[in-house]
Amino acid sequence: MKYILMMSGKKSDFEGYATWSKQDLQANVAFMRAFSKELKDSGVFVSTEGLGWPSEARLVRAGANGEPVTDGVFPESKEFLAGYWIIDVDSPEQAYKIAARASQAPGPGGKPANMPIEVRPVLSGHADLGI
Amino acid sequence: MAEHTFDIPIEHLLRELAPQVLGVIARRFGDFAAAEDAVQEAMIAAFTQWPQQGVPGNPRGWLMQVACRRMTDQVRSDVARRDRETAVAREAETTAPSADIESDMDPDDTLILLFMCCHPALSRSSAIALTLRAVGGLTTAEIANAFLVPEATMAQRISRAKQTIKASGLSFRLPAAQERAERLPAVLHVLYLIFNEGYASSIGAQLQRLDLVREAIRLTRNTKALLPDNAEVAGLLALMLLTDARRAARTGPDEELIPLDKQDRTLWDRAEISEGIKLLTSALSKGSVGLYQLQAAIAAVHDEADRAEDTDWPQILALYELLKRVSPSPMVTLNHAIAAAMVHGPAQGLQLLKALDTDPRLAGHYRLDAVRAHLLEKMGDHEAAVKHYRIAATQTTSIPERNYLLTQAARLAGD
Repeated sequence: MKYILMMSGKKSDFEGYATWSKQDLQANVAFMRAFSKELKDSGVFVSTEGLGWPSEARLVRAGANGEPVTDGVFPESKEFLAGYWIIDVDSPEQAYKIAARASQAPGPGGKPANMPIEVRPVLSGHADLGI
Repeated sequence: MAEHTFDIPIEHLLRELAPQVLGVIARRFGDFAAAEDAVQEAMIAAFTQWPQQGVPGNPRGWLMQVACRRMTDQVRSDVARRDRETAVAREAETTAPSADIESDMDPDDTLILLFMCCHPALSRSSAIALTLRAVGGLTTAEIANAFLVPEATMAQRISRAKQTIKASGLSFRLPAAQERAERLPAVLHVLYLIFNEGYASSIGAQLQRLDLVREAIRLTRNTKALLPDNAEVAGLLALMLLTDARRAARTGPDEELIPLDKQDRTLWDRAEISEGIKLLTSALSKGSVGLYQLQAAIAAVHDEADRAEDTDWPQILALYELLKRVSPSPMVTLNHAIAAAMVHGPAQGLQLLKALDTDPRLAGHYRLDAVRAHLLEKMGDHEAAVKHYRIAATQTTSIPERNYLLTQAARLAGD
């Protein structure tokens, strides 16, 4: 079963990240690289992506003539997806264990940031036999 | 690997030969993991060369030679790192691959591989991946594609599975009869899971992906040929055929799911049904009764009905009652409740579902609400049925199922 593990933050969280010390940044990047490698080595990795900064986000709607109308203004409370991992595991418990590992990514001062990771099933185009 | 359109015969030939070659190499060198890699490399070499140069006169011998050479090269380089003067190096140098290697073949090799790849120490997904590669002769890329994961991930999964086997100290020989009997259920379960994966993903025209259903049936046929007197293997093959027979009818033109009672039975494959029933009859005549034989028998009763309303539900109910004793599970209880409802009325079915409300294995599982909704609809309680169809829709991880459940809810709510 595939699960998506999502890491999100408010604009202020992103801004905070941008002010981390060089040491803290390097520790976080190193952790993320090692984490992805762990996923690959254990045969559960499907994909991972980091997303652009909130300032680069646009909300798009269709205008009167079908042309895109873009808007870059968001409320301060909005949660932006920072990045995700998609994994293929045998049980939701396994997915939660892996998410807990991602949550240990170090933050300021090198301590585990304990970020909340949203875990959701990825739907498939399958339909089981139900036997 | 570059894009290719394979000659279908070469692909099939290689899949049949792969486990035979692997058996010989694994036994000769006493290293299943390394042998498996060597055989994979030989297969890839064959995929590349045979379409251009033609299939060799002795394709199996060709594969054995190439795999053997890879193994001896590996042994030589390993040994050179340690010490040139060892018995292994001497043996590798005096081995004449082409002359005697085929005489090492043992008809039990594929069976040995099956038991190895389906070892209970392996996780479900590991066993499936390793079985498809070592016994099925599929390439890593094919297996990765079938399961929609990156090739590197599947390669790693297989590699780790082989390490688990190596660490367990399993040697390349057939388990003793008693152990075989104990471990056969794990083998059949893996084959069943491969079939289920293939069947589940056969929504719409999925021509690009490997036909896992065909592979599961092929592997089970081969297993049956190796264990011709085993009723459960025959039962599993019958179950697969009797289920696969309905494949064309299970989805509509928009890839929507069509339940059994609404399927166009003219689309059912009569030849497969016929073969399935023949296998089943023969298996049941052996006197024992097992999980797969019973499930096949239930499938056979469905397949024998010309129209949904001709279905012999009392017989299906009796079979589920037997299945509940032989191999109880929440799914069996669910299906039994449906059968009971068809024979004794929906109230009876709903009563049976109550027992599952406190079963932790079914907590949050969409099928409990889906079946409940179906029975409530039959009772005429549309409001409750709509509610449970919608709950089931939120719980399922299948897009076609979700669409189906929401459509049922919409249909009832719209009345």
